[in-house]
Amino acid sequence: MPIDFSLNGSQHSIDAPSDMPLLWAIRDIVGLTGTKYGCGAGLCGACTVHVDGKAERSCMVSMGEVAGKSVTTIEGLHPEGEHPVQRAWRELNVPQCGFCQTGQIMQAASLVAEKPNITDAEILEGMRGNVCRCGCYQRIVAAVRHAATGI
Amino acid sequence: MLSYLPDHLLPGAREAARRVLIAAVDRRSVLKGGIAAFALGLFTRPSGAFESYPTGGLQMPRGIVADPLVFVSIDPDGTVTIVAHRSEMGQGSRTSLPMVLADELDADWSRVRILQAPGDEPRYGNQDTDGSRSLRHHIQPMRQMGAAVREMLRRAAAKSWGVEPAAVTVEFHTLKGPDGQSADFGELAEAAMAELVPSFEDLTFKDEAAFRYIGKGEVQITDLHDITTGKAIYGADVRLNGMKVAVIARPPVLGGKVKSYDASETLAVPGVERVIEIAGAPAPVNFLPLGGIAVVATNTWAAERGRERLKIEWDDGPHASYESAAYRAEMEEASKAPDKIFRDQGDVPGAFAAASTIFERSYYQAHMAHIPMEPPVAIASVTTDGCEIWTSVQSPYGAREDVAKDLALPIEQVKVNVTLLGGGFGRKSKWDFAIEAARLSKAVNAPVRVQWTREDDIHNSFMHTTSVERLRVAMDDAGKVTGWHHTSVAPSILSTFAPDNGHQFFIENGMGHVDAPWDVANIRCDNAPALAHARIGWFRSVSNVPRAWAVQSFIAELAHELGRDHKEMLLELIGPPRTIDVATAGMPEDFWNYGEPYAEYPIDTGRLAHVVEVAADAAGWGATLPEGEGLGLAVHRSFVTYVAVAARVRIVDGQIRVPEMHFAVDCGFAANPERIRSQMEGSAVMGMTLALNSGITFADGRVQQSNFHDYDVARADNFPEKVEVHIVPHPFSVHASGIGEPGVPPVAPAMGNAIFAATGRRLRDLPLGTNV
Ligand code: FES
Ligand code: FES
Repeated sequence: MPIDFSLNGSQHSIDAPSDMPLLWAIRDIVGLTGTKYGCGAGLCGACTVHVDGKAERSCMVSMGEVAGKSVTTIEGLHPEGEHPVQRAWRELNVPQCGFCQTGQIMQAASLVAEKPNITDAEILEGMRGNVCRCGCYQRIVAAVRHAATGI
Repeated sequence: MLSYLPDHLLPGAREAARRVLIAAVDRRSVLKGGIAAFALGLFTRPSGAFESYPTGGLQMPRGIVADPLVFVSIDPDGTVTIVAHRSEMGQGSRTSLPMVLADELDADWSRVRILQAPGDEPRYGNQDTDGSRSLRHHIQPMRQMGAAVREMLRRAAAKSWGVEPAAVTVEFHTLKGPDGQSADFGELAEAAMAELVPSFEDLTFKDEAAFRYIGKGEVQITDLHDITTGKAIYGADVRLNGMKVAVIARPPVLGGKVKSYDASETLAVPGVERVIEIAGAPAPVNFLPLGGIAVVATNTWAAERGRERLKIEWDDGPHASYESAAYRAEMEEASKAPDKIFRDQGDVPGAFAAASTIFERSYYQAHMAHIPMEPPVAIASVTTDGCEIWTSVQSPYGAREDVAKDLALPIEQVKVNVTLLGGGFGRKSKWDFAIEAARLSKAVNAPVRVQWTREDDIHNSFMHTTSVERLRVAMDDAGKVTGWHHTSVAPSILSTFAPDNGHQFFIENGMGHVDAPWDVANIRCDNAPALAHARIGWFRSVSNVPRAWAVQSFIAELAHELGRDHKEMLLELIGPPRTIDVATAGMPEDFWNYGEPYAEYPIDTGRLAHVVEVAADAAGWGATLPEGEGLGLAVHRSFVTYVAVAARVRIVDGQIRVPEMHFAVDCGFAANPERIRSQMEGSAVMGMTLALNSGITFADGRVQQSNFHDYDVARADNFPEKVEVHIVPHPFSVHASGIGEPGVPPVAPAMGNAIFAATGRRLRDLPLGTNV
């Protein structure tokens, strides 16, 4: 049974088992590779996407659960890659290896959309699920603050 | 991270490498198909040029190639393409090296395109991105090539305008003639590339004051836009028609084998196509696959589900009883009876016999796994034409050689393409996963991606060693240190490559052990044996991690014992500014010095002391801190760079927090201060992780941790909140040195010392745990 859902604004019908994690459907079947595998267990945030506008770990969401829903990946965050969070990331030269960064950006975009007047404590708490093994946290936190408040 | 270990083990390999290094050729011989190397001229000092100096790069396998015709091309539209031949894993070399070349060429960075080289060392020279060497070995060749292309453009312009080359100036992607002539690089590209490559003696170099990008730290990393939009390509992101995905059940114990298996349930999983047994390698395993059972499927999910349903009976082999606590006790015992001396200066037994006080402590460090954010992954396509690989490896030519050998193909029929690396930290300078992919592609006659899961990465890592470091000092009546005795016990990296005798070798000995810089008359550095029961490999900073941990904690303990100020005691041990004379210091003949010529990169105690002062000043050493806070200091020279860290720790409800960390870094000339800062910020986080979290333990020969829930890392809610990086400024003449690794070692001891200052509790085991 194909599963219907919207991905980055266009309708998809995907032939995948309903227990397949969204992460692998996005990567292996649709072929969008900006969403990363880092742990497969909801522990690192590398696979973060938006489901109906909210950040979710795509390794923990099954295809059955996204039927009829709207999924946004990093590729669909902004048509030219000019989302305020993406711009803030570039202004602060945040990434090192970059592998965690699409997940970080998707998490941050959801966070600042939810909390326009976000506090530092809320940034730290909101970003704790996203591991950066290269250790870019200082710049990540500054970039979220910058995207949210312009500071 | 180390490198080219197998070569080190082959007698004469170094010499052979030296012979194929740098042949003086010009364009004619390049056209004849000769090796594309050209005279580096590093030992000549032409007037007007920067003072060139030899580096260890010349000793690396296939050395350094500085041929602009290999590294640079210019399109008619003026786009300058520069080859990045080193692997990018977050350290920034893919930006910094081309940036150096572009600046010397006087190109407009916005018109520079970067092309990643495949693994081809005969063409590009050594590509093993490891040991914090990229900038340090390649900053000179990059300047040289930039200057050579600039000169070729100048000569072409002179010819086309009928003027003397000297009358032509180059200014920001434009050539200017004496009578108002002007041409963009693109207009003269073809003519310039037809010019002979000038020799080093004929080059002129930019004055340092004229640098536009070098030393400024204002260039964004080259992949920034792609990274932030999800377009950047890592190892798993290449898609080939008909590609299969494989996951492999590997032996849980080193040296284990499949006794029997049943794949019937696996083959019933929709999407699973084949189950293939992979042969393991006899010890020493080198970079060969560990063997096991591969599940090949149409997608990753099916492969993982299929693997879960395998029923495998393992023969665990000789390491089945490896257990961390028992092994630690063995190392502790062994450390009391060292049996192999590597450095012996003065009369250590005499100093201890005559001592009025002896102070002794022992420090421990557990195994660690690298866990790069991107777990190991490789894609291979084996056809009748040969084998093509796409993977995130630190040493693509090493991978290419081994894949060729494994498939019995001539090396010309193997190509290894390098994607971006989602972190490396030494794990990806071992290419077992590329060989796995090549074997499986051959077996199924289709392209295959071998995907390691995070559990695989942790279970079957090349473990960072575990160690006991025992330190003793002898003191006279006045409390002056008269004898220094450091015994190191740790299973050696060598065990992965050669029959294991339990002793460490010159590279490990050179990392914070025999290179002790202390102003002490009698110094002994020795080993007791420890046989390996896990696959040991190098991890960012390697043996410097346990050595800096032990030595820098010990000196703080000693200061406390003597009622002295730690910084003052540390500076006293460092002694007056001097370079350590290795000849009179009882140093081993094979003293490593990170592969660098000692005359060019000596141990300079003045620079070591200076970074201590800078970090301590920045952190406000000596000030009274609020209750529950402490300041700790540590310094370490590694990868020929001097780094001191002053960490401020605050204990909040028993939890260790780090509100501030100051790095003082002396890495010689700072080519890209922005990436130096980002490496130190990253070192602060990785250093905090290894201080608090990073313990891999074994039971029944098996790794007990499996994913981030039980092998956690510093996260956004508790990391060094404010990292300040103080870079000691130097001109180009002070040789650029390593940056990727030297920031890590001093972090844990600075934190340990700060925890002691805050709580009075001295912790001697890494990891410390997250709470006190
Ligand atoms: S891959 Fe999904 S949280 Fe780590
Ligand atoms: S930038 Fe490498 S893991 Fe975050």
